[in-house]
Amino acid sequence: MSGSGSEKIYSKLYEQAKAKVEPKESKARVLVGTATCGVSAGALKIKEDFEREIKEKDLDADVVEVGCIGHCYAEPMAVIAKPGFPPVCYGYLDEGLVHRLVEDFLGGDDPSYEYALAALERNDVFPTFEDFPRGVYEQKLILENCGFIDVRDIESYIVREGYSALSKALAGKPAEVLEEIKAANLRGRGGAGFPAGIKWEACLNGGADERYVICNADEGDPGAFMDRSILESDPHLVIEGMILCAYAIGAHKGYLYIRAEYPRAVRHVQEAINQAREKGLLGSSIMDTEFAFDLDIFQGSGAFVCGEATALVNSMEGKMGMPESRPPRLASKGFRGKPTILNNVKTFAYVPFIINRGADWFKGIGTDHSPGTAVFSLVGKVANTGLVEVPMGTTLRQLIYEVGDGLPNEKEFKAVQIGGPSGGCLPESALDVPIDFDSLHEAGAIMGSGGLVVMDEDDCMVAVARYFLEFTQHESCGKCTFCRLGTKHMLDILNDITMGEGDEETLSLLKELAEDVRDGSLCNLGKTAPNPVLTTLEYFYDEYRAHIEEGRCPALVCRNLILYYIEPPKCSKLCNVCVGSCPTEAIFTRDDGLKEIDQEKCVKCANCLKACPPEYNAIVKISPPVLPPEKEKKTK
Amino acid sequence: MNKPVKIIIDDHEIEAFAGEKLLWAALDNDIFIPHLCAIREEKRSGASCRLCFVEIEGISQPVTSCTKSVEDGMVVKTRSPRIDRLVKTGFELLLSDHDLKCRECPANRSCALQKIAKERGLKLRQKRFKHIERDYQLDDSPKEFAFNRSRCVLCGQCVWADREEAKIGAIGFTRRGIKRVVTTFEDLPLAESICTECKLCVDACPVGALYYKDLKK
Ligand SMILES: Cc1cc2nc3c(=O)[nH]c(=O)nc-3n(C[C@H](O)[C@H](O)[C@H](O)COP(=O)(O)O)c2cc1C
Ligand code: SF4
Ligand code: SF4
Ligand code: SF4
Ligand code: SF4
Ligand code: SF4
Ligand code: FES
Ligand code: FES
Repeated sequence: MSGSGSEKIYSKLYEQAKAKVEPKESKARVLVGTATCGVSAGALKIKEDFEREIKEKDLDADVVEVGCIGHCYAEPMAVIAKPGFPPVCYGYLDEGLVHRLVEDFLGGDDPSYEYALAALERNDVFPTFEDFPRGVYEQKLILENCGFIDVRDIESYIVREGYSALSKALAGKPAEVLEEIKAANLRGRGGAGFPAGIKWEACLNGGADERYVICNADEGDPGAFMDRSILESDPHLVIEGMILCAYAIGAHKGYLYIRAEYPRAVRHVQEAINQAREKGLLGSSIMDTEFAFDLDIFQGSGAFVCGEATALVNSMEGKMGMPESRPPRLASKGFRGKPTILNNVKTFAYVPFIINRGADWFKGIGTDHSPGTAVFSLVGKVANTGLVEVPMGTTLRQLIYEVGDGLPNEKEFKAVQIGGPSGGCLPESALDVPIDFDSLHEAGAIMGSGGLVVMDEDDCMVAVARYFLEFTQHESCGKCTFCRLGTKHMLDILNDITMGEGDEETLSLLKELAEDVRDGSLCNLGKTAPNPVLTTLEYFYDEYRAHIEEGRCPALVCRNLILYYIEPPKCSKLCNVCVGSCPTEAIFTRDDGLKEIDQEKCVKCANCLKACPPEYNAIVKISPPVLPPEKEKKTK
Repeated sequence: MNKPVKIIIDDHEIEAFAGEKLLWAALDNDIFIPHLCAIREEKRSGASCRLCFVEIEGISQPVTSCTKSVEDGMVVKTRSPRIDRLVKTGFELLLSDHDLKCRECPANRSCALQKIAKERGLKLRQKRFKHIERDYQLDDSPKEFAFNRSRCVLCGQCVWADREEAKIGAIGFTRRGIKRVVTTFEDLPLAESICTECKLCVDACPVGALYYKDLKK
C-alpha cells in the first residue's frame, strides 16, 4: 500500500534531517533576522559583523539567516543559541553590540542580559516573550517557526515535523484532507474569509481533467507585509499546505503568484521548491506514492488589482491584469479555463497544522465562526510595531494596548484602520469589537489582508481617507465606470475638503457617490475603495465639518488650513535657529528683536517648528490659518 | 438549444431561453435596459459600463443584466429607487468625462447616450460632478472616418468588432485607471497602424466617437 510507504519515507527523511541538524544545533549559533524589514534596518551588515568577529576570535559558532522574528520595532535583531543557555533574543544591534556579544557571550559565558529583549525558552534567569504583557494575548501558529528555522535549509523545517502532515495525508485518502479542512471551517485569509473547504470541494466537483492550485502572494496593500514575511521566513509551510490542497482536489500543477518586488521571497521560495523536489516532496511520485504535483513561481508585475482573483488569472495567462465579472468562479473555470483553487499565503499555511492536529483542535482556537488565529502587521502610532498573531476574537483594544503596548509619546488614540485601502477606520468606541471576519465587517471595516494602522490625535481623518483613496484611485484598472470615474471624483471632493472648500452638500454628495461606487463597481477593488471614506464620514463627521465650515483642520495636518506662527512671548529673540532652518528665508527679525514668519513666503515645510529648541518651543501651527489678532495689529 | 422558460420583467410575463443573458431577453421583448458595453456574441460580458442594473427577486444586491443568466420563473424589476439611483450616478459619471456637444455631433439622434437619457428621464448635462478636462487629439487620419476620444465611453464595441469581426487587432484598450483609452499599437494614428479601414468599428460605435467624416464634424 502506498500509504504506509509515505510514512516510512517520512521517518527516513526525519532521521536524516535530525542527523544533519542536531550537530549543527548543538553548537553555538547566531540567528540573524534577515527578512525584508531586518535587511532594510541593516541586518546583512550585522550578519557580516558577527561572522567577522567570530572568525577573528576563532570561535566555533555558526551564523544563520532566519526570517521575521516578529519584533520589527527592534530591528536589526538576532537570537543567540548557545548550549547551556536559553536562546536569547537581542534587538537594536549595532557593530559595538555585536562585538560585545561575541566577546562576552560566545567567547565568555555572559549573555549580557542587559541588552537582551527576551529569552525564547522558559528558564530561571531571564523572561521570555511570553512573559511580556503581550505574551498573554499572542498565540503563534503560522508564525511559530518564523525567525527560528534556517530558511534556506529544508531539513531545519523537517526536524520541526515539517512535511509530517503531508506524510500523514498521503497515508490516507484525499477526501480525508478535504473533510478535515471543511470541518475546521478554515476561512480564507486573503480578505473575504470565504471557507476554504467549500471552495476546494467546488473545485473538486468542477468536473474537468485538470485542476490548478494557486497561492496568492500578490500582497499589494501599503503597509502589509505578513505574506512576504511568511514566505521569506517559512516557505515550506506554505508549500506543504499547497501540496495538501493539491492532494485533496487532485491537482498536479500549482503556482505561487508572488509580486516581483519581493525578490527575497521569490528566492527563498524557489530554493525551497528545489529542495522539496530533491527530497521527493514535489514531483512525479511524492513520497514514493502515485501522487504527482509540482510547483512554480509566477512573478506578478505589481499592480494591486492583480491580487484580485480573476485579474490574477488573466495576468498569468498573459492578458491584461484586469478583473472579470463573476460567475463563473475560479473553482469552476479558472486558470486556462480549468477549475482552480486560489488561496492566500496564510490560508495555505494553516493547512499542515489542521491536518496534523485535527479540525477540533483548530476550532478550539478563535471564535465559533472565525476559528484560528489572525495575523496582523501592526504599524502606525503604536509602540511595538511588527507582525503579531492572536486568536480570533481578541479585541482591538487588547491588540493595540497589550500586544502593541499602546501609543507612544502619550498621544491620544484616534482611530484604527484595518484592512488596508479596502478597510475602514474605526474610532475609540469600536475598540472592544472582537477581531473576527463578521464583527469587523459589521463595524464597517474588513479583516482584509491584515494591515492594521493605529492613528493618534495628530492624524487628520479627512487626510487619511484621502490617502487611502489616492491609492485605490491610482490602482483602479479603469475598466468599469464607477471605479474609474467615481473614485476620481471622490478624490477630487476630498482634496477640496482638505482645502476647506465645500459645504454640507459636498459631504452628502461624497457619501452618495461613495455608496454608489461601492454598490456599482465590477470588482472588489472598486466595491471596497469607498470604505475608508464611508467609515470616516460615519465616525468622524465633525472633523469633516470643521474643514469646510470653519476652514479648520483639528489635527493640524491639512496644509491649506494651517499656518506656522511664532508666539512672541516664547521666542528667545537670540537663538536664531529657525531663521537658518527656513528654506525660503521666510523668517525675519523684527524691530523689537522677535522673529516673525512672512506668511507669503512660508511654504509650510515645518522645518522651523522642528528646529526651534525645546526649551522655547515658540513655533506653533494654527488652524484655521488666521493670525492671532494681537499679531495682526502689529503688522499693520 | 436552450429550453424556453417564462420570466417576469416589470410585471410582464415574457418568454426567454434558460441560460441566455437577461439583458437580451428584455431587449428582445421591447423592454429597455440601459446598456453600452454588452455584446450579444460575447460569452462573458465585460460588464464595464455598469448601466444595465436590475433587481431580481431573491437577490439582495442589484445585478448587471448582461451577466445574469435567465432562469425559469425569475422575477425582475428594471426600475426601483435603488436601480434608478445607480443608473443615474453611472450615467452622470460617464457624462462628466464626455465632450457634450450634441448639435455638432455626428451621432446626434442616433446616440446611445441620448437614448438612455430619453428612456430614463436623465439629463445629458449633469451638474453633480465636475467636468473632467481632457486634451485628446482628434484622429482623422483614416480616409472616411475619424476618432474623437473625448466622446468615447470606453464601451469596447469597436475593439470587439476589430478583433472578432474584422479580425485585425488594430485597436485595443491601454493604460490604467482614469487614463484608460482605446488606441492603436504605440498610439499611432489609425492610418499609420495596421488598420485596414474596414469601418466595422465605426459601425459598432454607439456614440459619436468613431464616426463617418461625411456626416458631420
Ligand atoms: C484589488 C484586490 C486585491 C487583492 N489582493 C490580494 C492579495 O494580495 N492577496 C490575497 O491573498 N488576496 C487578494 N485579494 C483577494 C483575492 O481576490 C481572493 O479573494 C483571495 O486570494 C482568495 O484567497 P482566500 O480565500 O484564501 O482568502 C484581492 C482582492 C482584490 C479585489
Ligand atoms: S472596480 Fe476598479 S479595478 Fe475593479 S474592474 Fe472596475 S475599474 Fe477595474
Ligand atoms: S514652515 Fe518652513 S517655510 Fe514656513 S517659516 Fe517655517 S521653515 Fe520657513
Ligand atoms: S456622443 Fe451622443 S451624447 Fe455625446 S455629443 Fe454625441 S450625440 Fe451627444
Ligand atoms: S476600421 Fe480599422 S480599427 Fe476599425 S475595425 Fe476596421 S481594421 Fe479595425
Ligand atoms: S470608440 Fe465608440 S465603440 Fe469604441 S469604446 Fe469608444 S465609445 Fe465604444
Ligand atoms: S522582525 Fe524583522 S521582519 Fe519582522
Ligand atoms: S451592459 Fe451590462 S455592464 Fe455594460
